[in-house]
Amino acid sequence: MSSVKIKLNPKEVEKLKEVCTSFNNEGGELINVLHKAQGIFGYLPAEVQEIVAAELNVPVAKVYGVVTFYSFFTMIPKGLHPISVCTGTACYVRGAEKVLDEFRRRLKIQVGETSADGKFSLSCLRCVGACGLAPVVMVGEKVYGRVSPDGVAEILAEYE
Amino acid sequence: MEFVNLIIDNKPVKVEKGTSILKAAHSVGIDIPTLCYMSLGDMNIENKPGGCRICVVEVEGRKNLAPACCTDAHTDMVIKTNTMRVLNSRRTVLELILSDHPADCLICAKSGNCELQSMAHKLGVRKIHYKGEMSTYKEDFSPTIIRDMDKCIMCRRCEMMCNKVQTVGALWGINRGFQSVVSPAFEMDLEKSTCTYCGQCVAVCPTGALTEVDHTNQVIGALADPKKTVVVQTAPAVRAALGEEFGMKPGTLVTGKLTAALRRLGFDYVFDTDFAADLTIMEEGTELLGRLGRHLAGDKTVKLPMLTSCCPGWVNFFEKQFPELKDIPSTARSPQQMFGAIAKTYFADQIKVERKDMMVISVMPCLAKKWECQRDEFATDGSPDVDFSISTRELANLIKGANIDFNSLPDEEFDNPMGESTGAGVIFGTTGGVIEAAVRTAYELQTKKKLEKVDFEELRGFEGVREATIDFDGLPIRIGIAHGLGNARKLLEDIKAGKSNFHAIEIMACPGGCIGGGGQPLHHGDSSILKARQMALYEEDKNKPIRKSHENPFIVKLYKEFLGKPMSEKAHHLLHTHYFDKKNEFIIE
Repeated sequence: MSSVKIKLNPKEVEKLKEVCTSFNNEGGELINVLHKAQGIFGYLPAEVQEIVAAELNVPVAKVYGVVTFYSFFTMIPKGLHPISVCTGTACYVRGAEKVLDEFRRRLKIQVGETSADGKFSLSCLRCVGACGLAPVVMVGEKVYGRVSPDGVAEILAEYE
Repeated sequence: MEFVNLIIDNKPVKVEKGTSILKAAHSVGIDIPTLCYMSLGDMNIENKPGGCRICVVEVEGRKNLAPACCTDAHTDMVIKTNTMRVLNSRRTVLELILSDHPADCLICAKSGNCELQSMAHKLGVRKIHYKGEMSTYKEDFSPTIIRDMDKCIMCRRCEMMCNKVQTVGALWGINRGFQSVVSPAFEMDLEKSTCTYCGQCVAVCPTGALTEVDHTNQVIGALADPKKTVVVQTAPAVRAALGEEFGMKPGTLVTGKLTAALRRLGFDYVFDTDFAADLTIMEEGTELLGRLGRHLAGDKTVKLPMLTSCCPGWVNFFEKQFPELKDIPSTARSPQQMFGAIAKTYFADQIKVERKDMMVISVMPCLAKKWECQRDEFATDGSPDVDFSISTRELANLIKGANIDFNSLPDEEFDNPMGESTGAGVIFGTTGGVIEAAVRTAYELQTKKKLEKVDFEELRGFEGVREATIDFDGLPIRIGIAHGLGNARKLLEDIKAGKSNFHAIEIMACPGGCIGGGGQPLHHGDSSILKARQMALYEEDKNKPIRKSHENPFIVKLYKEFLGKPMSEKAHHLLHTHYFDKKNEFIIE
């Protein structure tokens, strides 16, 4: 198994084991269990996958195979302020790509990554239902509309 | 039984319902090329992920082409297997696979034995019309297996063997689309995974993605060193398979030519691991009778059933997955290691060679043996009892490289004293063989009576899990046999649950036993080859003048001159081992 890099919160581990029990520790429930696990921990580090493998009695290689197959699952913890840029059709045609590029340039991270200080993470999403405000960016729960590349610095400054 | 009637290439075909188009075509002699598909029918092993699409055929009335390996034959189907459309599609599919495959065939370890290369030849690919990104991965060097995933074509045969057949769970398909590849969890090195080095992934890999670590150069180096006395031992299963590498029919016994070839390669002493197999029986058999005796006398602390311990893949398996059972297997070392321990003590003294000047090389049908001889327990002051282990395939390469015309070699005999063996030692190479050899000796030692019939047909065969009760003159001895680690797991789960009532269980990691080992000539999905090898070993056993290990005169002499008696202190020191808990638990603080 991989060497332990992070310490898991014992209470959260207990919760994860309860989830496994609630699915009767069935190997066939792997995806459902992982879904709940990501809900508990926010992401799926190797240590969580190892617990799931042991509880459901499936190879950890299989768990990792499933985690890497579905884009919903992530092994990278989200930043303190998760940034989501909408790349749905309306936002896309109104310049979301350029906004996204500006976030990437300023934070020096790619989509799906978290900044080294753990402050920001960057992801894309598809349509938040505010197409009239396109292009739309969300930081945490807060929604920013009609964002231009020039406005990116201003948004980030709010969280410095 | 329900049947379906269909037409394939204008031929009427009648097959059982549920049969694939591929098998239906085979039943009337029509060949459909396959790449990812593999079937070892006799052992219920089948890989048909429908991934490569080489086997596509045209089905009348169906818009797209159908993959023959995973489409069932239905009544009234009219199938064409070689139309222009089919042939063009196959070639396109193959070109796309080749467009993401390194074209270093000239120097690839699998060259000449690669199913992808053969397919390119068969379909007449002369140009690859597609260019694009190539997948690249870090090469993974474990002590026995090299993973070069640039050459992986995602047939997923290795994944099937590792999980369905062996239940080892080291390899699984990860990521998706262009990024998908077979890998251990978290892309860790194979060495850190649950891998047992059984080598069954290597045995089925169609390309050069999975190969063994090549130790032939180390062997050549040893042979070229005038200061070294180089001793070689060859495992039983090697003689039943090596001939295939030189175009001989599967099941051809080449014991004599093998010996001659080793001598011509320059080994100073050409010995037989079968000798050490006889020695194993003396130790393991005595251990079994000891445990049995105490059990019958009412000792409740005795661990039964006793499990055999000759197979290093199996040892790795229980150390990693069933460490709580590590006191149950026999403590007897494997024949390879017993041989090394005796060669570098008793035999080295006899020929007055110092340990440091002796090299012991083993030729094994196995990849796990490469790891076994590197284990710390099997070394004295950092000097291993067995220096290098090479596979049957590597030996074939050595012989070819040395320009030896194998087929025209005369039959020669092994050297003495460690070349003498009995029929019991020979059958160690097949599933059921170790326990049959043990029964032949244990019966006579226990009952003090002569065994009239040494063939125990009830212990032979190819079933994954077998059981038999042998009458030890009124004492019924219950025996279990499993080959393939998935089958072994079933027996282990029973032991863990307290449901096992066997006295002894033989376990071999590879399907068929060592004859189907990860280091053997590739079977390319033909299980009849494994059966032919098994028959060859029983044939050699039958032809041996002595067929019980304890009657081997050189074994008797070894105990008289050196070891004392089985399980003596010296025997314990040289011929027995202990096992470790290697289940790596995650730590939560």
